[in-house]
Amino acid sequence: MQNMGIEVLFKGINSLRLWQGLWVTIRIALISMVFSIVLGFLLGMVMNIPNKIIKFICRIYLEIVRIMPQLVLLFLVYFGAAKHLGMNLTGETAAVIVFTFWGTAEMGDLVRSALISIPKHQYDSGYGLGLNKWQVYLYIILPQTIRRLLPSAVNLLTRMIKTTSLVALIGVVEVLKVGKQIIDASRYTNPTAALWVYGAVFFMYFIICFPFSRLSRVLEKKFAD
Amino acid sequence: MGQPILEVEHLKKSYVNNVPILDDVSFSMQKGEVVVIVGPSGCGKSTFLRCINRLEAIDSGVLKLNGVSYENEKKNISKVREKIGMVFQSYDLFPNMTILNNLLLAPLKVQKRNKEEVKKEAEQLLDRVGLLDKKDNYPRQLSGGQKQRVAIVRAMLMHPEIMLLDEITAALDPEMVREVLQVVLELAKTGMTMLIVTHEMEFARSVADRVIFMDKGNIVEENTPEQFFDNPQTDRAKQFLNSFHYETVKK
Repeated sequence: MQNMGIEVLFKGINSLRLWQGLWVTIRIALISMVFSIVLGFLLGMVMNIPNKIIKFICRIYLEIVRIMPQLVLLFLVYFGAAKHLGMNLTGETAAVIVFTFWGTAEMGDLVRSALISIPKHQYDSGYGLGLNKWQVYLYIILPQTIRRLLPSAVNLLTRMIKTTSLVALIGVVEVLKVGKQIIDASRYTNPTAALWVYGAVFFMYFIICFPFSRLSRVLEKKFAD
Repeated sequence: MGQPILEVEHLKKSYVNNVPILDDVSFSMQKGEVVVIVGPSGCGKSTFLRCINRLEAIDSGVLKLNGVSYENEKKNISKVREKIGMVFQSYDLFPNMTILNNLLLAPLKVQKRNKEEVKKEAEQLLDRVGLLDKKDNYPRQLSGGQKQRVAIVRAMLMHPEIMLLDEITAALDPEMVREVLQVVLELAKTGMTMLIVTHEMEFARSVADRVIFMDKGNIVEENTPEQFFDNPQTDRAKQFLNSFHYETVKK
Protein backbone atom coordinates (compact mmCIF):
# COMPACT_ATOMS: atom_id res chain seq x y z
CA MET A 1 0.00 0.00 0.00
CA GLN A 2 1.20 3.42 -0.83
CA ASN A 3 2.39 5.40 2.15
CA MET A 4 -0.03 8.30 2.57
CA GLY A 5 1.91 10.05 5.28
CA ILE A 6 -1.28 10.91 7.09
CA GLU A 7 -0.92 7.72 9.14
CA VAL A 8 1.64 9.49 11.25
CA LEU A 9 -1.21 11.21 13.06
CA PHE A 10 -2.79 7.93 14.08
CA LYS A 11 0.34 6.05 15.08
CA GLY A 12 0.58 5.15 18.75
CA ILE A 13 -0.54 8.02 20.94
CA ASN A 14 0.57 10.73 18.53
CA SER A 15 -2.78 12.47 18.22
CA LEU A 16 -3.44 12.23 21.93
CA ARG A 17 -0.05 13.87 22.52
CA LEU A 18 -0.91 16.67 20.11
CA TRP A 19 -4.16 17.35 21.96
CA GLN A 20 -2.26 17.35 25.25
CA GLY A 21 0.16 19.86 23.78
CA LEU A 22 -2.76 21.98 22.67
CA TRP A 23 -4.14 21.89 26.20
CA VAL A 24 -0.83 23.32 27.51
CA THR A 25 -1.13 26.10 24.93
CA ILE A 26 -4.70 26.91 25.89
CA ARG A 27 -3.94 26.72 29.61
CA ILE A 28 -1.10 29.23 29.39
CA ALA A 29 -3.11 31.60 27.19
CA LEU A 30 -6.30 31.45 29.24
CA ILE A 31 -4.67 31.83 32.66
CA SER A 32 -2.59 34.75 31.39
CA MET A 33 -5.67 36.31 29.78
CA VAL A 34 -7.71 36.13 33.00
CA PHE A 35 -4.90 37.87 34.90
CA SER A 36 -4.45 40.38 32.07
CA ILE A 37 -8.13 41.31 32.04
CA VAL A 38 -8.33 41.90 35.79
CA LEU A 39 -5.02 43.78 36.00
CA GLY A 40 -5.63 45.53 32.67
CA PHE A 41 -8.89 47.02 33.94
CA LEU A 42 -7.12 48.40 36.98
CA LEU A 43 -4.25 49.69 34.86
CA GLY A 44 -6.64 51.31 32.38
CA MET A 45 -8.36 53.20 35.19
CA VAL A 46 -5.01 54.21 36.68
CA MET A 47 -3.81 55.42 33.28
CA ASN A 48 -6.70 57.89 33.15
CA ILE A 49 -5.76 59.55 36.42
CA PRO A 50 -4.70 63.08 35.46
CA ASN A 51 -1.30 62.93 37.13
CA LYS A 52 1.90 63.43 35.17
CA ILE A 53 4.06 61.02 37.19
CA ILE A 54 1.52 58.19 37.01
CA LYS A 55 1.07 58.81 33.28
CA PHE A 56 4.83 58.73 32.76
CA ILE A 57 5.32 55.43 34.64
CA CYS A 58 2.46 53.79 32.74
CA ARG A 59 3.90 55.06 29.46
CA ILE A 60 7.31 53.54 30.22
CA TYR A 61 5.77 50.20 31.14
CA LEU A 62 3.76 50.18 27.92
CA GLU A 63 6.75 51.08 25.78
CA ILE A 64 8.95 48.40 27.37
CA VAL A 65 6.35 45.76 26.63
CA ARG A 66 5.96 46.97 23.05
CA ILE A 67 9.67 47.28 22.31
CA MET A 68 10.81 44.00 23.88
CA PRO A 69 10.14 40.86 21.87
CA GLN A 70 8.15 38.37 23.93
CA LEU A 71 10.96 35.87 23.49
CA VAL A 72 13.44 38.17 25.22
CA LEU A 73 11.00 38.61 28.08
CA LEU A 74 10.60 34.86 28.36
CA PHE A 75 14.36 34.32 28.55
CA LEU A 76 14.70 37.17 31.00
CA VAL A 77 12.13 35.76 33.39
CA TYR A 78 12.94 32.07 32.99
CA PHE A 79 16.73 32.22 33.08
CA GLY A 80 17.01 35.54 34.91
CA ALA A 81 14.90 34.39 37.84
CA ALA A 82 16.94 31.22 38.17
CA LYS A 83 20.30 32.91 37.88
CA HIS A 84 19.86 36.15 39.80
CA LEU A 85 17.01 35.48 42.19
CA GLY A 86 17.68 31.81 42.73
CA MET A 87 14.07 31.01 41.89
CA ASN A 88 13.43 27.87 39.93
CA LEU A 89 10.34 28.75 37.97
CA THR A 90 8.79 26.07 35.82
CA GLY A 91 8.62 27.01 32.15
CA GLU A 92 4.88 27.28 32.38
CA THR A 93 4.95 29.67 35.35
CA ALA A 94 7.51 31.84 33.60
CA ALA A 95 5.31 31.83 30.51
CA VAL A 96 2.21 32.89 32.48
CA ILE A 97 4.20 35.70 34.14
CA VAL A 98 5.48 37.02 30.81
CA PHE A 99 2.16 36.74 29.01
CA THR A 100 0.40 38.45 31.89
CA PHE A 101 3.02 41.23 31.88
CA TRP A 102 2.42 41.67 28.16
CA GLY A 103 -1.36 41.22 28.24
CA THR A 104 -1.84 43.64 31.13
CA ALA A 105 -0.10 46.40 29.21
CA GLU A 106 -2.14 45.77 26.07
CA MET A 107 -5.42 45.40 27.96
CA GLY A 108 -4.64 48.48 30.03
CA ASP A 109 -4.19 50.57 26.93
CA LEU A 110 -7.40 49.17 25.43
CA VAL A 111 -9.34 49.86 28.62
CA ARG A 112 -7.89 53.38 28.80
CA SER A 113 -9.04 54.25 25.29
CA ALA A 114 -12.43 52.57 25.79
CA LEU A 115 -12.93 54.61 28.95
CA ILE A 116 -12.18 57.93 27.27
CA SER A 117 -14.55 57.03 24.42
CA ILE A 118 -17.52 57.03 26.84
CA PRO A 119 -19.16 60.48 26.48
CA LYS A 120 -18.72 62.83 29.43
CA HIS A 121 -22.47 63.24 29.84
CA GLN A 122 -22.78 59.60 30.84
CA TYR A 123 -20.66 60.38 33.90
CA ASP A 124 -22.56 63.64 34.46
CA SER A 125 -25.98 62.03 34.48
CA GLY A 126 -24.72 59.34 36.83
CA TYR A 127 -23.31 61.90 39.26
CA GLY A 128 -26.40 64.05 38.76
CA LEU A 129 -28.53 61.17 40.08
CA GLY A 130 -26.46 61.05 43.25
CA LEU A 131 -24.38 57.98 42.37
CA ASN A 132 -20.87 58.03 43.75
CA LYS A 133 -17.73 57.44 41.72
CA TRP A 134 -17.64 53.66 42.20
CA GLN A 135 -21.32 53.26 41.41
CA VAL A 136 -20.95 55.31 38.23
CA TYR A 137 -18.08 53.09 37.10
CA LEU A 138 -19.67 49.82 38.17
CA TYR A 139 -23.15 50.28 36.74
CA ILE A 140 -22.70 52.75 33.89
CA ILE A 141 -19.17 53.10 32.58
CA LEU A 142 -17.72 49.59 32.85
CA PRO A 143 -20.63 47.77 31.17
CA GLN A 144 -20.34 50.15 28.22
CA THR A 145 -16.56 49.82 28.22
CA ILE A 146 -16.74 46.03 28.07
CA ARG A 147 -18.85 46.13 24.94
CA ARG A 148 -16.37 48.44 23.22
CA LEU A 149 -13.49 46.25 24.38
CA LEU A 150 -14.76 42.88 23.25
CA PRO A 151 -13.40 42.81 19.70
CA SER A 152 -9.91 43.95 20.64
CA ALA A 153 -9.79 41.77 23.75
CA VAL A 154 -10.62 38.68 21.72
CA ASN A 155 -8.03 39.73 19.19
CA LEU A 156 -5.48 39.92 22.00
CA LEU A 157 -6.50 36.47 23.24
CA THR A 158 -6.02 34.85 19.83
CA ARG A 159 -2.67 36.63 19.45
CA MET A 160 -1.71 35.25 22.83
CA ILE A 161 -2.71 31.73 21.87
CA LYS A 162 -0.56 31.99 18.77
CA THR A 163 2.41 33.51 20.59
CA THR A 164 2.51 30.62 23.06
CA SER A 165 4.43 28.73 20.39
CA LEU A 166 7.49 30.63 21.71
CA VAL A 167 7.39 28.89 25.07
CA ALA A 168 8.86 25.76 23.49
CA LEU A 169 12.14 27.67 23.66
CA ILE A 170 12.09 27.67 27.45
CA GLY A 171 11.34 23.99 27.54
CA VAL A 172 7.58 23.90 27.72
CA VAL A 173 6.21 21.14 25.56
CA GLU A 174 3.21 22.67 23.93
CA VAL A 175 1.43 21.68 20.73
CA LEU A 176 4.05 22.88 18.29
CA LYS A 177 6.88 21.25 20.25
CA VAL A 178 4.96 17.96 20.37
CA GLY A 179 4.52 18.21 16.62
CA LYS A 180 8.25 18.76 16.17
CA GLN A 181 9.02 15.71 18.32
CA ILE A 182 6.65 13.52 16.30
CA ILE A 183 8.21 14.70 13.04
CA ASP A 184 11.73 14.07 14.34
CA ALA A 185 10.78 10.61 15.54
CA SER A 186 9.35 9.56 12.18
CA ARG A 187 11.91 11.29 9.95
CA TYR A 188 13.08 8.01 8.39
CA THR A 189 9.86 6.00 8.41
CA ASN A 190 7.66 8.79 7.13
CA PRO A 191 9.41 11.61 5.23
CA THR A 192 6.19 13.59 4.56
CA ALA A 193 5.20 13.65 8.24
CA ALA A 194 6.02 17.37 8.53
CA LEU A 195 3.22 18.34 6.13
CA TRP A 196 0.62 16.31 7.99
CA VAL A 197 1.71 17.19 11.50
CA TYR A 198 2.00 20.91 10.83
CA GLY A 199 -1.29 20.72 8.95
CA ALA A 200 -2.90 19.18 12.00
CA VAL A 201 -1.36 21.86 14.23
CA PHE A 202 -2.71 24.57 11.94
CA PHE A 203 -6.12 22.99 12.12
CA MET A 204 -5.94 22.85 15.93
CA TYR A 205 -5.01 26.52 16.25
CA PHE A 206 -7.87 27.30 13.95
CA ILE A 207 -10.50 25.39 15.89
CA ILE A 208 -9.61 27.11 19.14
CA CYS A 209 -9.24 30.64 17.76
CA PHE A 210 -12.26 30.56 15.47
CA PRO A 211 -14.92 30.00 18.20
CA PHE A 212 -13.48 32.95 20.14
CA SER A 213 -13.82 35.33 17.23
CA ARG A 214 -17.35 34.03 16.56
CA LEU A 215 -18.20 34.51 20.21
CA SER A 216 -16.99 38.10 20.12
CA ARG A 217 -19.16 38.83 17.12
CA VAL A 218 -22.24 37.36 18.83
CA LEU A 219 -21.57 39.31 22.04
CA GLU A 220 -20.95 42.51 20.12
CA LYS A 221 -24.36 42.20 18.50
CA LYS A 222 -25.98 41.42 21.81
CA PHE A 223 -24.50 44.47 23.53
CA ALA A 224 -24.93 46.89 20.60
CA ASP A 225 -26.66 50.14 21.52
CA MET B 1 -41.28 84.78 52.36
CA GLY B 2 -39.70 81.92 54.24
CA GLN B 3 -36.35 80.25 53.96
CA PRO B 4 -35.27 80.09 50.29
CA ILE B 5 -34.80 76.53 49.05
CA LEU B 6 -31.76 77.49 47.00
CA GLU B 7 -29.35 80.35 47.50
CA VAL B 8 -26.35 81.29 45.41
CA GLU B 9 -24.09 84.08 46.70
CA HIS B 10 -21.32 85.77 44.73
CA LEU B 11 -20.67 82.74 42.54
CA LYS B 12 -17.55 83.15 40.44
CA LYS B 13 -16.15 80.79 37.87
CA SER B 14 -13.60 81.15 35.13
CA TYR B 15 -11.70 78.74 32.95
CA VAL B 16 -7.92 78.57 32.60
CA ASN B 17 -7.50 81.68 30.47
CA ASN B 18 -9.16 83.73 33.24
CA VAL B 19 -12.12 84.75 31.12
CA PRO B 20 -14.98 84.80 33.62
CA ILE B 21 -17.88 82.48 32.77
CA LEU B 22 -19.81 83.49 35.86
CA ASP B 23 -18.93 86.88 37.25
CA ASP B 24 -20.25 87.31 40.78
CA VAL B 25 -23.75 85.84 40.36
CA SER B 26 -26.17 85.97 43.29
CA PHE B 27 -29.58 84.39 43.16
CA SER B 28 -32.16 82.68 45.31
CA MET B 29 -35.44 80.89 44.83
CA GLN B 30 -38.37 79.80 46.98
CA LYS B 31 -39.93 76.39 47.25
CA GLY B 32 -42.46 75.79 44.49
CA GLU B 33 -41.10 78.55 42.31
CA VAL B 34 -40.39 78.04 38.62
CA VAL B 35 -37.55 80.24 37.40
CA VAL B 36 -36.55 80.36 33.75
CA ILE B 37 -33.10 81.55 32.68
CA VAL B 38 -32.74 82.91 29.16
CA GLY B 39 -29.85 84.54 27.40
CA PRO B 40 -27.58 84.33 24.38
CA SER B 41 -25.29 81.34 23.82
CA GLY B 42 -22.18 81.41 25.95
CA CYS B 43 -23.67 83.72 28.57
CA GLY B 44 -22.98 81.13 31.26
CA LYS B 45 -26.49 79.85 31.91
CA SER B 46 -25.67 76.16 31.45
CA THR B 47 -22.49 76.53 33.47
CA PHE B 48 -24.60 78.17 36.17
CA LEU B 49 -26.83 75.08 36.41
CA ARG B 50 -23.86 72.73 36.36
CA CYS B 51 -22.24 74.70 39.17
CA ILE B 52 -25.39 74.45 41.27
CA ASN B 53 -25.15 70.67 41.49
CA ARG B 54 -21.35 70.88 41.52
CA LEU B 55 -20.71 69.05 38.25
CA GLU B 56 -18.49 72.05 37.57
CA ALA B 57 -16.00 73.25 40.17
CA ILE B 58 -16.51 76.84 41.31
CA ASP B 59 -13.81 79.42 42.01
CA SER B 60 -15.57 81.21 44.86
CA GLY B 61 -19.01 81.87 46.26
CA VAL B 62 -21.56 80.19 48.49
CA LEU B 63 -24.17 77.59 47.54
CA LYS B 64 -26.97 76.78 49.99
CA LEU B 65 -29.74 74.22 49.86
CA ASN B 66 -32.41 74.84 52.54
CA GLY B 67 -29.98 77.16 54.29
CA VAL B 68 -27.16 74.59 54.48
CA SER B 69 -24.09 75.51 52.46
CA TYR B 70 -22.57 72.75 50.32
CA GLU B 71 -19.98 74.49 48.16
CA ASN B 72 -17.15 72.72 50.01
CA GLU B 73 -18.90 69.39 50.43
CA LYS B 74 -16.74 66.55 49.12
CA LYS B 75 -17.70 63.17 50.53
CA ASN B 76 -21.40 63.86 50.82
CA ILE B 77 -21.89 65.72 47.55
CA SER B 78 -23.95 62.75 46.30
CA LYS B 79 -26.37 63.36 49.17
CA VAL B 80 -26.88 66.92 47.91
CA ARG B 81 -27.24 65.77 44.32
CA GLU B 82 -29.98 63.33 45.34
CA LYS B 83 -32.05 66.37 46.26
CA ILE B 84 -31.19 68.29 43.10
CA GLY B 85 -32.51 66.49 40.05
CA MET B 86 -30.95 67.41 36.72
CA VAL B 87 -31.99 66.76 33.12
CA PHE B 88 -29.51 67.50 30.34
CA GLN B 89 -29.70 68.57 26.74
CA SER B 90 -28.32 65.32 25.32
CA TYR B 91 -31.02 62.96 26.70
CA ASP B 92 -28.38 60.73 28.14
CA LEU B 93 -30.06 57.57 29.27
CA PHE B 94 -27.68 54.70 29.97
CA PRO B 95 -27.57 52.68 26.73
CA ASN B 96 -26.64 49.43 28.51
CA MET B 97 -29.91 49.26 30.47
CA THR B 98 -33.61 48.95 29.67
CA ILE B 99 -35.83 51.96 30.32
CA LEU B 100 -37.08 50.46 33.58
CA ASN B 101 -33.55 49.73 34.80
CA ASN B 102 -32.49 53.26 33.87
CA LEU B 103 -35.23 54.47 36.18
CA LEU B 104 -34.56 52.02 39.02
CA LEU B 105 -30.77 52.35 39.22
CA ALA B 106 -30.41 55.39 41.43
CA PRO B 107 -33.43 54.83 43.72
CA LEU B 108 -32.24 51.28 44.44
CA LYS B 109 -28.48 51.82 44.62
CA VAL B 110 -28.32 55.32 46.08
CA GLN B 111 -31.46 55.53 48.19
CA LYS B 112 -31.70 51.76 48.88
CA ARG B 113 -35.45 51.83 48.48
CA ASN B 114 -37.69 48.81 48.19
CA LYS B 115 -37.60 47.45 44.65
CA GLU B 116 -41.29 46.61 44.30
CA GLU B 117 -42.35 49.99 45.57
CA VAL B 118 -39.99 51.92 43.26
CA LYS B 119 -40.98 49.75 40.32
CA LYS B 120 -44.63 50.50 40.93
CA GLU B 121 -43.94 54.23 41.13
CA ALA B 122 -41.77 54.10 38.01
CA GLU B 123 -44.55 52.40 36.07
CA GLN B 124 -47.08 54.96 37.24
CA LEU B 125 -44.86 57.83 36.16
CA LEU B 126 -44.08 56.18 32.82
CA ASP B 127 -47.79 55.78 32.29
CA ARG B 128 -48.30 59.46 33.03
CA VAL B 129 -45.84 60.45 30.29
CA GLY B 130 -47.39 57.86 27.96
CA LEU B 131 -44.42 55.47 27.77
CA LEU B 132 -45.43 52.52 29.91
CA ASP B 133 -45.29 50.17 26.91
CA LYS B 134 -41.61 51.07 26.40
CA LYS B 135 -40.42 50.01 29.83
CA ASP B 136 -38.57 46.91 28.62
CA ASN B 137 -37.09 48.59 25.56
CA TYR B 138 -33.55 49.91 25.29
CA PRO B 139 -32.92 53.66 24.87
CA ARG B 140 -31.77 53.16 21.26
CA GLN B 141 -35.32 52.07 20.38
CA LEU B 142 -36.83 55.38 21.53
CA SER B 143 -37.11 58.72 19.77
CA GLY B 144 -35.34 61.78 21.17
CA GLY B 145 -38.53 63.15 22.69
CA GLN B 146 -39.36 59.83 24.31
CA LYS B 147 -35.85 59.53 25.74
CA GLN B 148 -36.08 63.00 27.19
CA ARG B 149 -39.41 62.20 28.84
CA VAL B 150 -37.81 59.11 30.38
CA ALA B 151 -34.90 61.26 31.59
CA ILE B 152 -37.38 63.57 33.34
CA VAL B 153 -39.11 60.60 34.97
CA ARG B 154 -35.70 59.25 36.02
CA ALA B 155 -34.90 62.50 37.81
CA MET B 156 -38.38 62.69 39.39
CA LEU B 157 -38.16 59.18 40.84
CA MET B 158 -35.43 60.38 43.18
CA HIS B 159 -38.01 62.74 44.75
CA PRO B 160 -35.76 65.77 44.32
CA GLU B 161 -36.56 69.01 46.10
CA ILE B 162 -35.57 71.01 43.07
CA MET B 163 -35.10 70.17 39.40
CA LEU B 164 -32.58 71.75 37.03
CA LEU B 165 -33.48 71.48 33.35
CA ASP B 166 -30.62 72.36 31.04
CA GLU B 167 -31.90 73.15 27.51
CA ILE B 168 -33.77 69.87 27.50
CA THR B 169 -35.38 70.47 24.11
CA ALA B 170 -32.40 72.00 22.30
CA ALA B 171 -31.43 68.73 20.57
CA LEU B 172 -34.97 67.73 19.58
CA ASP B 173 -36.96 67.97 16.38
CA PRO B 174 -39.57 70.74 16.60
CA GLU B 175 -42.45 68.27 16.72
CA MET B 176 -41.01 66.52 19.74
CA VAL B 177 -40.38 69.70 21.69
CA ARG B 178 -44.01 70.00 22.63
CA GLU B 179 -44.43 66.49 24.06
CA VAL B 180 -41.46 67.11 26.36
CA LEU B 181 -42.46 70.60 27.43
CA GLN B 182 -45.98 69.35 28.16
CA VAL B 183 -44.47 67.04 30.78
CA VAL B 184 -42.59 69.97 32.31
CA LEU B 185 -45.79 72.05 32.44
CA GLU B 186 -47.56 69.19 34.23
CA LEU B 187 -44.66 69.04 36.66
CA ALA B 188 -44.93 72.78 37.33
CA LYS B 189 -48.62 72.33 38.14
CA THR B 190 -47.75 69.79 40.85
CA GLY B 191 -45.69 72.48 42.59
CA MET B 192 -42.24 71.17 41.69
CA THR B 193 -39.49 73.74 42.22
CA MET B 194 -37.66 74.14 38.92
CA LEU B 195 -34.80 76.13 37.49
CA ILE B 196 -35.03 75.96 33.70
CA VAL B 197 -32.64 77.05 30.97
CA THR B 198 -34.40 77.20 27.62
CA HIS B 199 -34.53 78.84 24.22
CA GLU B 200 -38.28 78.25 23.86
CA MET B 201 -39.60 81.75 24.61
CA GLU B 202 -43.31 80.87 24.42
CA PHE B 203 -42.75 78.04 26.83
CA ALA B 204 -40.70 80.26 29.13
CA ARG B 205 -43.54 82.78 29.26
CA SER B 206 -46.17 80.17 30.15
CA VAL B 207 -44.23 78.16 32.72
CA ALA B 208 -42.20 80.80 34.54
CA ASP B 209 -43.01 82.58 37.77
CA ARG B 210 -39.89 84.66 37.25
CA VAL B 211 -37.55 85.16 34.31
CA ILE B 212 -33.82 85.78 34.62
CA PHE B 213 -31.89 87.21 31.72
CA MET B 214 -28.19 86.48 31.71
CA ASP B 215 -25.44 87.96 29.56
CA LYS B 216 -21.66 87.66 29.78
CA GLY B 217 -21.75 85.79 33.07
CA ASN B 218 -24.04 88.22 34.84
CA ILE B 219 -27.72 88.46 35.68
CA VAL B 220 -28.75 91.50 33.66
CA GLU B 221 -32.47 91.51 34.29
CA GLU B 222 -34.86 89.74 36.65
CA ASN B 223 -38.59 90.15 36.09
CA THR B 224 -42.03 88.60 35.85
CA PRO B 225 -42.55 86.85 32.50
CA GLU B 226 -45.20 89.38 31.41
CA GLN B 227 -42.95 92.32 32.17
CA PHE B 228 -39.88 90.71 30.70
CA PHE B 229 -41.35 89.65 27.38
CA ASP B 230 -43.65 92.64 26.82
CA ASN B 231 -41.70 95.41 28.40
CA PRO B 232 -38.06 94.53 29.07
CA GLN B 233 -36.22 97.04 31.22
CA THR B 234 -32.69 96.78 29.84
CA ASP B 235 -31.44 97.49 26.35
CA ARG B 236 -29.55 94.22 26.23
CA ALA B 237 -32.73 92.24 26.93
CA LYS B 238 -34.63 94.24 24.29
CA GLN B 239 -31.93 93.49 21.78
CA PHE B 240 -31.98 89.78 22.70
CA LEU B 241 -35.75 89.47 22.43
CA ASN B 242 -35.76 91.29 19.09
CA SER B 243 -33.51 88.60 17.67
CA PHE B 244 -36.50 86.24 17.83
CA HIS B 245 -38.58 88.39 15.48
CA TYR B 246 -38.33 88.45 11.74
CA GLU B 247 -39.53 91.20 9.51
CA THR B 248 -42.15 90.15 7.02
CA VAL B 249 -40.97 90.15 3.45
CA LYS B 250 -43.64 91.92 1.37
CA LYS B 251 -43.72 91.14 -2.31
